[in-house]
This record gives sequence, C-alpha cells and structure tokens, in this order.
Amino acid sequence: MATRVTTGNKGKGVRSDCALTLEITSEGGINIELISKVKVLYGESIRKLCSEILAFYGIEHASLTVEDSGALDFVISARLEAAIRQLTGDKKEYLPAILPQNTYQTTRDRYRFSRLYLPGNTPSLMINAGIHKPNGIILDLEDAVAVTKKPEARFLVRNALRALDFYGAERMVRINQVPAGLEDLDYIIPHNVNLILVPKCESAEQISRVNLRIAELKAQHNIPGNVWLMPIIESAMGVLKALEIAQSENVVALAIGLEDYTADLGTRRTNEGTESFFARSMVVNACKAAGIQAIDSVFSDVADTEALKENVLRSKALGFDGMGCIHPRQIRVIHDNFAPDDAEIEKAGKIVHAFIEAGEKGLGVVSLGTKMIDPPVVKRAQRTIDLAVSMGKLSTDWRNKLIESQNASNQ
Amino acid sequence: MSKYDKITVNTLGRAVPQIINGRESVPFLGVGKYKPTGRKYAPPISTCADYPADGNKVVASLREALIRCGLKDGMTISTHHHFRNGDLVANQIFDIAAEIGAKELTWAPSASFECHSPLIKYLDNGTIHHIEGSMNGALGRHTSVGGMQGMGILRSHGGRYQAIQDGDLHVDIAVIAAPTADFFGNATGDRGAAACGLLGFAMADSQYADKVIVVTDNLVPFPCIPWQIHGNYVDYVVVMDKIGIPEKIISGTTEITKSPDRLLLAEMTAQFCDEAGIVRDGFSFQAGAGGTALSIGIYFAEMLRKRGMKARFARGGSNKYLVSMLEEGLVDYILDGQTFDLEGVRSMRENSNHVNTSPFTSYNYHGKGNFASMVDVVILGATEVDVNFNANVVTHSDGYLLHGIGGWMNCLFSKCVILPIPLFRDRMPVIRDEVTTICGPGELIDVIVTERGIAINPLRTDLIDKLKGSSLPVKTIHQLKDEAERICGKPALPELSDEFIAAIKWVDGTVIDAVRKVIKS
Repeated sequence: MATRVTTGNKGKGVRSDCALTLEITSEGGINIELISKVKVLYGESIRKLCSEILAFYGIEHASLTVEDSGALDFVISARLEAAIRQLTGDKKEYLPAILPQNTYQTTRDRYRFSRLYLPGNTPSLMINAGIHKPNGIILDLEDAVAVTKKPEARFLVRNALRALDFYGAERMVRINQVPAGLEDLDYIIPHNVNLILVPKCESAEQISRVNLRIAELKAQHNIPGNVWLMPIIESAMGVLKALEIAQSENVVALAIGLEDYTADLGTRRTNEGTESFFARSMVVNACKAAGIQAIDSVFSDVADTEALKENVLRSKALGFDGMGCIHPRQIRVIHDNFAPDDAEIEKAGKIVHAFIEAGEKGLGVVSLGTKMIDPPVVKRAQRTIDLAVSMGKLSTDWRNKLIESQNASNQ
Repeated sequence: MSKYDKITVNTLGRAVPQIINGRESVPFLGVGKYKPTGRKYAPPISTCADYPADGNKVVASLREALIRCGLKDGMTISTHHHFRNGDLVANQIFDIAAEIGAKELTWAPSASFECHSPLIKYLDNGTIHHIEGSMNGALGRHTSVGGMQGMGILRSHGGRYQAIQDGDLHVDIAVIAAPTADFFGNATGDRGAAACGLLGFAMADSQYADKVIVVTDNLVPFPCIPWQIHGNYVDYVVVMDKIGIPEKIISGTTEITKSPDRLLLAEMTAQFCDEAGIVRDGFSFQAGAGGTALSIGIYFAEMLRKRGMKARFARGGSNKYLVSMLEEGLVDYILDGQTFDLEGVRSMRENSNHVNTSPFTSYNYHGKGNFASMVDVVILGATEVDVNFNANVVTHSDGYLLHGIGGWMNCLFSKCVILPIPLFRDRMPVIRDEVTTICGPGELIDVIVTERGIAINPLRTDLIDKLKGSSLPVKTIHQLKDEAERICGKPALPELSDEFIAAIKWVDGTVIDAVRKVIKS
C-alpha cells in the first residue's frame, strides 16, 4: 500500500483550494508544513484543524504539507480526509457541521428555471454561487471532474452540501452514470440533497436502481423527506424511452443534454437546433404527459447573452420550463425570459383576485367574466403571481393597485 | 537622525510620530480641523541671463543634466507616474546617482510600480534614504520588513500637491519624463511613442522644484503644442532613445470585469445609486480603474441612455468606456487626471471636452476648493474597512504595506462615497473590528457594497431613508462582519513590531496613521 498521497489543487489560477501531500510514517509524530497566503490570519487555525483530523483517524506519525490558496475549512478537511482514506482505507467520515440554513426541503413543482452547474472539485466556484440566486445549484461529479479526481471530489461535494450556504437554491448533485454513479449516492444522500441528476439515462430501470439505493440510504440514515430525481436524456435511446423515464417514481423533471445527444446522432449542435427539434419535442411531450417539468440543455457560449436570450425564448415556446446554465451571468437572462411576461402576469392577477373575492363573498365557484375557473388554473395563477412578486416584476400590494385601477375604469 | 520620534496619539486613537525623518509633523486633528498658516513655498527666482537666448536647453545626457543641477547627498528627486509600470526613467536617475556616489537621497515619486523594484538595492546601499510617495509591491514589502533607512511617507495625489505647495516636501530636482517635448522644455503627454495622455502629476514638480529636467524620446521643433508642462519652468532637456514601454504604460486594470461576482457588485452599486436618487440628469461621478468600477460606469451609461439623460461630468482616470460615453453624448465632459488606455489618450488629444486636470484643480486641500468635493458619487476600493467605516488602502491584513493611496483620500470628499468590495478575498475578511491602517476616517465613507449585503454609514440617515423598502440587501456593518467571519473563521491579528516604517499623511498634511514593521514568520 502507498504511504504517500497528494490531493487537492494548486498552481496558477487556483484559489480557495489547497493541495495536500500526506505521508504516513512510523515515527516522529505529526509534522505539518504550511504554505499559505493567509498564514498570518489563519495559519494556527489550519494547523489545528489538520491535527484534529489526523487524530480523528488515529494517525500519530505523519508528515503533511499543505499548500493553501485560501481554502475554507470544509475544503481543507475534504482534501485531508480524501488523502487519509486513500492511504488507510478507513471508512470513517469526518463531517463538518451542517449549516442550519441548509436543512430545507423542496417541493415537487417548485420553479426550476435555472440550475447552475458547478464542477464538483473546484471550490472557488462554489463559494459565491448562491449569491447569484439560481433556482438550483448542481455540484457536478460527472463530466466536470477529471477521472483521476473523482474520488476526492465526492468528499468536497459532501462537505459543500453541509457547510456551503446555498442561499435557498435547490441543492442538486449530478452523479456519474449508473451503475458507477450509484456509489456516489453514499456520499450525497445523508446530507440533505434535494435533487439528484441522473446523466445519460436510457431506461426506467436505471431510475429504479437509483430510487432503490436512495431508499436504502434513507432507511439506513433515518432520513425523512424526498430526494427528487432529474434524469438527463442524452441519447437517441433515451429520447425514445423518455415517457417511461418521466413516469418513474420521484422524477420531477427531465433534462435534455444536447452535446451528447447530437454526438449520438452523428450530427453537430447548431444554435437553431433543427437537429434536436424531435428530441426536444419528445422530452417536452413525455414530461407534460407525466405531469413533470421539462428542462432544456445548457447554452455554452457564455459571452453571447443575446443568443442565449433567443435560445431561451425558443425553448419556452417549445414548452420547456427551464434551462441549465454554466455561468452565473446566464441566470438573469434565463429568469427574465422564462418568467411570465406582462400579459401572463396581468391575467394571473385577475384570476387570483377573482378567487380571493369569491372566497370573501362565500362563493364556491370562481368565475372571471362569464368563464368558470378551475382550481388548477387558480393554483397556477397564484404561482405566477408569487413568482412575479419574488422577481420584482410585481409589487407586493398588486391587489390594491388592481382594485384601484378597476374602480378607476368603472367610474 | 532617527527615523521618527515623539510618539503621540491622534484624534482617531492611532499612535503616530510627531517627528518624521527629522521634520516636525502635526498629528491628525479631525476632518477640516487643521488650519494652515503662512505663505506658500516658493522656488528660487531665476533669470533669463542664465539660460540660452536661443531657447535650446538640451544637454547631452541625463547624467550631465543631474550633475549640472548640482546632485548631491541628501537631495530630494521627484518623478511622476504617468508611465505606470512602463517607466524607464526613475531607475536610471538612481543608477546615475549611485555612480556619482550621492547618498541619502529622497525619492519623491507621485507613485511607484513593480518596475521600480530594482531601486531596492539603492535603499540597501544607502543611495536612497527613504521614499515619499508610494511604496507598491516589492518596494512595499521591502519597506515593511525594515528595509528603508528613513521613514516612508505616503501621501494622496492631492496631498502630494499640498505638501510641495506648502513646502513640506521640498524637491531639489524634478525629473519629468515627457512623451513629446521641444528644446525649450515645453512638454506634453498626449502624443509620442510613450504617450500617456497628460502630465498633471508633474505640474507641482515643475512649479516648485529648485531644478527641473525634462526627459523625452520625441523632441519636436519649438513650439511643442499643447504645452502641458511650461518650458519656462524647465532648466534642462534630455533626449534619450526610449523613456517608457508603451504596452506597460497602458496597463492592467482597464478591462471591464468578467468575474460574475464583481459584476454583481457593480450592478448592486449602480442600483444603489439609482435608488438613492444619485443617477439623474446632470449628475457627476468618478469611478476608478478597477474592473468593478469600470462596470459600474457601464451600468450608469445604460440607465442614462434608457432615460434620455446625461451626466454633466465624469472624473477620470479615463478609459475607452468613459470615452465612448463622452462620444455618445451621455456625459458632457471628462475631467481627467490620468488616462488608462490608448482610447483615453486619443480622446484627450482630439476632443476638447476631454480635459486634462491636475492634482491642483482636482484634489489639493490647501486651495480655494477643489473638484473632488463637487462630485455626486465616487466609487472606490479598499483592502479593509472596519465597523466604524474607517478604511485602509495601503496595507493588507497581514500588515504588509503593498499599495499607494492614489487619489483615494481626496475622493472621500465627494457627496457620496461608495466602496464596492467583496466580503472576503480568498478567505481574508474585508470587514474587520479594526483596520490595520486608517487611510480614511469613517465619517467620510458612506456605503459599503458587498455581494452579501450593503451597509450604509449610520451618519447618512438620508441614504438610509431613501433605501427603505429597497429590494437590495441593506444590512448593518456588524452583520456583514459577522457573516464574513462565519464563512472564513475569525482571523488572527498579525504580530507587528512596535517599530514604525512609514507614515500616512492626510490630505492636509497631518499624520493620520503610521505603519508598523512586519515580523517575518
């Protein structure tokens, strides 16, 4: 067995991370060499943390080099745990405290306009992700992590789920393709993940396996609440099986991944998207038939917000409910253009107002003009209003303004 | 002569020396409290009888010019920083001084850059006694560990003008590198291979130094038009092959940021200004050269365009974004202190509404008013801010002196001072219980914008009222500090020596703080 291992990242452009080299020795006690830009402010605290972790694993003799570029404690401990467990094979987990603000659940039908992909082994991109207010944050263990870094990324993603403030975004992780991805779940499920993305999904059977493993882990760790699934359709087979996947248990949305899909077709992805029109429509139709959300692929030209906007409008017109993003700058464009437009908000306002008025008058039936309004329509309208208010498109006292304008037009 | 003596505590509670490099200095008394008396400093009277009647002041070399100026031990030599990190002249001056064997000189640059790191060897061998200006990067690091014989003195751009004008900083020899000049010494920065736009930082030097040398690599026949520097102040003209590296003159922080975090800061700042009623027809603003500040200008431009409004004036550092606002008619005038890119240089050369200014007009506190206080909003940076809104721009939290003050102090007199800064930088919290060095008293700093919340100075009840009900995350400065420490951990304090290595002078010449030596770990 190796006695020396290196984890983490260093070098030009690396920030908020650290590279650790750990060598377990037979004598000499614990020696920690720390090279850090924040040594004056946090040197002692970093040494103390490392000593604590080594002691936690019962290591008495080791030489540890920490090359730190401003890593937070949850990053340092993930790197050190990864190193120790690689060397010793120990299965014990050194868990940072879970932030109280990270313990929320999400609902099946919450808005999922935007979900921001973050590489699972790059802490610098994680720390401020939540402040850009995406609907969801995806810690990615799949394509955004180099194969050799996958084992250590699991510790970082797990620690991030506990110690990183998500600022209310839905907490998501993209696992590796099933079956390899099933093992990722062990590191994720006990830490209040809200939703798992299942990449390159081609059958309901794969989703069953994911559900089964999640159920086992939930029972084992006594976890209440739901873990939602968002399978990603990325192949011709996946497209043809979209309905059975969409109808699987706990699935709240299907996403489509067009890079892999177009590769599977043997064609190229274009901005117009003619080549993927069938696939997108299949996914949208499967989702709508199953009563879940349809989520479009990411748009990869980060600099071109105009093209992104066109893409979003096309996507919304096709029936998609949201889209992935790979850069925080895309979030605003996606929200603004998936969000209800002024006409939709106005109509929703009238419906909700009629519903409240009917309630106040004790009427069982809600009607607007001569039209009866069904409860699901009211519910959808209420969500539109809530969303418009939360996005600042509608003021909180919108109803008073509506009543005023109705009175004005009646006079 | 000891570096400093007579330690006292100023009104901000900071320990500062009253004697610095053998000169008496006044401890900070409070904003606007120190009233100067007496008359301005004046250089010796010259006579045309001592200068060539044909106007030709060209001498063979910089060495000859320095010798003719009487370069000797203990003199103060000044340079300007319009060439930023592309300056090729300052280092040559001290190479020559060392060859001649001059000792204990004072270097008084308007700012220093990394390109001046070779001067460290002259601090070590006693050629340079101390620096009055700024000590950036490697020079600062060297000063921090006690590598300077005398006490460093840091001043703002306006403070430098004030110190020279008041005689607090006496310049024996001013060396003014000029992208274009004639043999009489008329000089301009707006053209030539080393074009840097203007030469405003050298104006005080030309007016008040005993001797003035203009150095150029582009000698034109008399007259050099425009004459930003008047040849009538100039003793000698030196022509050399190359005085600056153009791509380094136009340097660094002049692109708008691509960082989503910084863009968010810029956007929040612009929205704050809008909600505070600052962005209106005829308003004025100043934003520095950093990527975040540039982006704020872009948001201002968008607002003005959408509403059919325009700003009356913008204060530079100018750059291509500000120039495009001027050319689009979104701002009437650029009152420019330094140009940060070639578009700025071009615009200053071609557009009469792009006006070159100097620290005298913009920043000098010992004048009959200045432009800085008329600006509606200024966007600045800081390395640290404390819970009393005092801010630091010169040292890092580990105690190292790494930056100059620039025009930062002078800009604090604007009607609204906003610092958009990240709550922490690579784990270093920016909001502290106490800043390492006070460069600006909290009473002049109005708003701190961070990505996790905006703190308004409690003194600005008007701004607090205007932001009531805003969708912006307005918090207290204590809340911001706590949030930073929750994320990063509570930082330890640096262990600093009792020994001082540099003094920070306020805009009126009083000593606002002193920087301590770093104990190397």
